[in-house]
Amino acid sequence: MNINLTLFAQGITFFAFIWFTVKFVWPPILAAIEERRTTIANGLAAADKGARSLEEAQVKITAILEDARGQARSILDQAQTRANGLVDEARTGATQERERILQSAQAEIDQQINRARDELRGQVAAITVAGAEKILAREIDPRAHQDLLDKLAAQI
Amino acid sequence: MAAEEVLTPTSYISHHLMFLAQPVGQGGFWTIHVDSLVMSVLLGFVGIGLIWLVGRTATAGVPNKRQAFVELIFDFVDEQVRGIFHGDPNKFVAPAALTVFLWVLLMNATAFLPIDITTKAIHAVGPEEFRLTPTADINTTFALALSVWLLMIYFSIKVKGLGGWIHELFCTPFGSNPLLWLFNFLFNLVELVSKPLSHALRLFGNLYAGEIIFLLLWLWAATGLVGTFGGVVLGLGWAIFHLLIVPLQAYIFMMLTIVYISMAHESH
Repeated sequence: MNINLTLFAQGITFFAFIWFTVKFVWPPILAAIEERRTTIANGLAAADKGARSLEEAQVKITAILEDARGQARSILDQAQTRANGLVDEARTGATQERERILQSAQAEIDQQINRARDELRGQVAAITVAGAEKILAREIDPRAHQDLLDKLAAQI
Repeated sequence: MAAEEVLTPTSYISHHLMFLAQPVGQGGFWTIHVDSLVMSVLLGFVGIGLIWLVGRTATAGVPNKRQAFVELIFDFVDEQVRGIFHGDPNKFVAPAALTVFLWVLLMNATAFLPIDITTKAIHAVGPEEFRLTPTADINTTFALALSVWLLMIYFSIKVKGLGGWIHELFCTPFGSNPLLWLFNFLFNLVELVSKPLSHALRLFGNLYAGEIIFLLLWLWAATGLVGTFGGVVLGLGWAIFHLLIVPLQAYIFMMLTIVYISMAHESH
């Protein structure tokens, strides 16, 4: 239990060790730990950012989906309207066509009737003349009685 | 020491408590305990060198187990310092605390070495006496405590200035009334003296007592086979208890170092 020079030797050793630790041991470990701390902080921040952008994307996706749904609905509506329009158009077109065909048929029929009537008129005139010829047994000048015959034919 | 000498308990213990003393000049104070010096320097190199080696290759990425272990110690010390010291601990206080903790821990841990086997081995190489535990040498603990004490005074003067420090010596804690100067100074003197004393003697006392109890337990081996067995059991018990004392004393020594140096940074 005697105090001696060891005291000073140990003291100097102690200071040397402290100096070495301050200078060479502590800084690199501290640097590594600090760097890791920043890395972790950055990673956490990035994760936060990712989560936030995911949320934003979710919102965006919902909006886009809603939009698309709306568009589809409007397209469907338009198509429906268009189809209805087409059907209506076709119907009116067909009706008009029928009218037209009916009219032209009517006109044809009328024409035919007229033509048949004219023909009949001519034949009736001829038959009348022939009959009169036979009845009268004499020649009648068809030209002299043309106006009489025309009058008769018009009466038929 | 002659081999024919009768081995008594007293001679056994006093032999193991003998330092490998090397007189420098006229002896007396001018003596060096070679064993304490060699062991402390060796352990300092082992402890701080290992951390240095790991720290040199420390990566910020995923640490390997060695680095993780070093970081565990590092964080432990750093946390203690941050709890007490309000300033930049990385400049001096935290590395100093790490040095103190590691070094004292390793020096304390030499108490676990089987003293008779190691001293026999060392004796075979030459020296008659060799104390393994430097912290059971009052020179070592006082060297550490007084170094911390000097650091404390150095930082006091550095932070507050020489005038500020002297002012604090005379004007705190009771007040700056000239009538109180003497009381203030006496009070501070007691504090200045008691700090290194308690710092050094606490560590020395614990380790010295631990060493002596080990020696007393090993004496059981002199009583025969049963006694040897009993000594082993008791020695194991004491070693396990000592396993608490060794880090605890290193921790206390480090904490007091931090507290003293932190107090020096704060003005009252």
